[in-house]
Amino acid sequence: MDFLRPASWEEALAAKAEHPTAVPIAGGTDVMVEINFDHRRPEYLLDLNRVGDLYEWEVGEDSVRLGASVPYAKIMEHLRAELPGLALASHTVASPQIRNRGGVGGNLGTASPAGDAHPALLAAGAEVEVQSAARGTRLVPIDDFYTGVKRNALQPDELIRAVHVRKADGPQQYSKVGTRNAMVIAVCAFGLALHPDTRTVRTGIGSAAPTPVRAATAEDFLNAALEEGGFWDSGKVITPSVARQFADLCAASCNPIDDVRGTAGYRRHAVGVMARRTLTWTWESYRGTRTASEGAA
Amino acid sequence: MRVKFTVNGRPQEADDVWEGESLLYVLRERLGLPGSKNACEQGECGSCTVRLDGVPVCSCLVAAGQVEGRDVVTVEGLADHARRRAAAGARGTSLPDAQQARGGADSHTGEGTELSPVQQAFLDAGAVQCGFCTPGLLVAADELLESHPNPSDEDVREALSGNLCRCTGYEKIMDAVRLAAARQGEAV
Ligand SMILES: Cc1cc2nc3c(=O)[nH]c(=O)nc-3n(C[C@H](O)[C@H](O)[C@H](O)COP(=O)(O)OP(=O)(O)OC[C@H]3O[C@@H](n4cnc5c(N)ncnc54)[C@H](O)[C@@H]3O)c2cc1C
Ligand code: FES
Ligand code: FES
Repeated sequence: MDFLRPASWEEALAAKAEHPTAVPIAGGTDVMVEINFDHRRPEYLLDLNRVGDLYEWEVGEDSVRLGASVPYAKIMEHLRAELPGLALASHTVASPQIRNRGGVGGNLGTASPAGDAHPALLAAGAEVEVQSAARGTRLVPIDDFYTGVKRNALQPDELIRAVHVRKADGPQQYSKVGTRNAMVIAVCAFGLALHPDTRTVRTGIGSAAPTPVRAATAEDFLNAALEEGGFWDSGKVITPSVARQFADLCAASCNPIDDVRGTAGYRRHAVGVMARRTLTWTWESYRGTRTASEGAA
Repeated sequence: MRVKFTVNGRPQEADDVWEGESLLYVLRERLGLPGSKNACEQGECGSCTVRLDGVPVCSCLVAAGQVEGRDVVTVEGLADHARRRAAAGARGTSLPDAQQARGGADSHTGEGTELSPVQQAFLDAGAVQCGFCTPGLLVAADELLESHPNPSDEDVREALSGNLCRCTGYEKIMDAVRLAAARQGEAV
């Protein structure tokens, strides 16, 4: 094994171009487990800890450019207002020690259907900035990033530079089912974001299909129902039958498996429950801010 | 490969380190610092917790090569670390500027040093049974009291949620951290 230690982003890209089989290591919270248990014996480890750019974030007009290695702890501490869904999801990851090391770049690299960043990114809307020495930068829409079980859209010579996450324009929620609070890989998880600017609702589902997915049919149904009923303008309570059908469609959009953490049937049921709850929570909060701003006007 | 870094305030060098080796292995097997425990090697138990540039991490999940040039504090250096923090606090200086307190004791291995307030509190509260989880808990609890001098029970549970104990049922551990926080408050 060789340990490659690039001191800059350019050096990291050059090293990845020269050794496409090199395994990048950021927080190491996925990679080191595999090495410790001899599940993986890479020829090259490509250490990203020295690449300072990957630990920075910029808050722009419409989105946050989040460096690939920014640890979850920093997202929780500094980006709660801009990225509430991702901050909530970050808080559910493992333990403080893991959140101090692991980040979204590693979560995307592993692309596990159980990764907690994915539902939040899908719901918020995001693009993954990837780069190679040969072809430069491309932006991969988050909906196209997950290509299979633990597979993603990265080419062998590419590295993730950052994730561009849309800044919240409305309330966001993240909900996760597990056996206890800390240190739990999701049985299944659900992210939901209201986007009042575009009058749309977006979702993200974890651990209920081979890849993280959006519940597209459920979103379409809800967006149409909210528009037709004039809900965005009136801010009235969502009709229970609408919420119920949204939940049913979310459950139907899953393609879960039975495994040690839960059965397919349980997962489908839980996704429906989380869909209804996160919709209720975010909508209540949307109504609250509307009344507050009207009161102030 | 060779890895050079600082452990408990002292420059260290480890030779013939395998590229896939963890920081935990280097500390225990190459530098003679067995305080950090190896229980799971998968980030689940926290018994290998150390401070890496001040931040609590599982040393079993840090690749040895990643610590090149960086600063590590293990449970062996905890008493010295706490003493320097107290001295810095008293003089209003920041931690790195504070002079290292030294007697005949060894700040590196911890031998002969007095216990840190958190360590003493764990003993006084009876928070140690088999002791395997203790080093990791001490490092995590000490960091909590550094960043949150008056933690709520919720803060303590959260800060220690990555550290498993099979023996105590955690109540005595909670007592110990409360005790250390109270004593720290009195001392100021
Ligand atoms: C005890 C424990 C509990 C956990 N609990 C959770 C949990 O609750 N939720 C959850 O989502 N995850 C959990 N994880 C998994 C892990 O912590 C996350 O997936 C984390 O986001 C990985 O980030 P990292 O920086 O540590 O990744 P690393 O281990 O460094 O890398 C992970 C993968 O991404 C690749 N990679 C990293 N950075 C880049 C880059 N810039 N470009 C291209 N590829 C890259 C690596 O090559 C590797 O394949 C847990 C892990 C442990 C050990
Ligand atoms: S040995 Fe590192 S967390 Fe268990
Ligand atoms: S005292 Fe035995 S594991 Fe905690």
